[in-house]
Amino acid sequence: MIQTFAFYLFAIFVIASGTLTIMARNPVHSVLWLIVSFFNAAGLMVLVGAEFIAMLLVIVYVGAVAVLFLFVVMMLNIDFAELRAGFMKNFPLGIAIALVLAMELILGIGAYRAGALELGTPSGRAAPMVDKSNIENVGALLYSDYLFLFEAAGLVLLVAMIGAIVLTHRERAMPAHRGHQDIAKQIRRRPQDATNNAQPEVGKGVEL
Amino acid sequence: MIGIEHYVVVSAVLFVLGVLGIFLNRKNIIVILMAIELILLAVNINLVAFSAFLGDLTGQIFAMFVLTVAAGEAAIGLAILVVYFRGRGTIAVDDVNRMKG
Repeated sequence: MIQTFAFYLFAIFVIASGTLTIMARNPVHSVLWLIVSFFNAAGLMVLVGAEFIAMLLVIVYVGAVAVLFLFVVMMLNIDFAELRAGFMKNFPLGIAIALVLAMELILGIGAYRAGALELGTPSGRAAPMVDKSNIENVGALLYSDYLFLFEAAGLVLLVAMIGAIVLTHRERAMPAHRGHQDIAKQIRRRPQDATNNAQPEVGKGVEL
Repeated sequence: MIGIEHYVVVSAVLFVLGVLGIFLNRKNIIVILMAIELILLAVNINLVAFSAFLGDLTGQIFAMFVLTVAAGEAAIGLAILVVYFRGRGTIAVDDVNRMKG
């Protein structure tokens, strides 16, 4: 009973805050609704017993990604009213495509309920051990069967980190370093770019 | 009793909301990125729900990798956004055509 109630509570909150995320006028409010949505999705995951993924969702999304979004929204001085201009123009097309997509998904779920589809049977290799907690089960699987995938995920994060640093890094013209030697610039310099020959007429000057 | 269908319906609605968000906010790339996060959240709910109801933990492992990629994608996307804003002074992306050949 309490489980059913909790499910509907979380589900309604996820969908309502998702709607407000895409509808909010101010992107700061969008980010805050996104955080609410993630919290409630984590609640949904706790309900089915996936505590580890739920906590990961809260830590990674609420703790890192949402704060990153908030930083960027507040750091950049953006005229949001201008960005809102096409909202009403795109509304019919967006609703049409969303409805088509929703219909297809409802058809799929309807086909499952009518018995046209069967869920596959798990191989049993990744079945959770009954006397262990969720995090122990996930860890046992992650560090055995999925070890190399796990390391690849670490590599993905490393590449993302280096990429973000390289993209946003900017060389500042620091006053203390004004006279410092840029060897690449010296090598790039060619005589024909730096000097030119001129033959002025007698009595005329040279225009620089 | 709450079955797998309930979870699939919630994640389907969330997925459609994400797609709708991309179409509604065509100019505002920040909200587009947030809509992509919503889509990935819907995918994660689906993976976790199926994993739990089928008694197979692979879905939860996979949801973790989706989470990793989503975090990387948000970081790179926002970095590109910051660089773009520095160059143009706006983030209106419906007319990004600087790189056409």
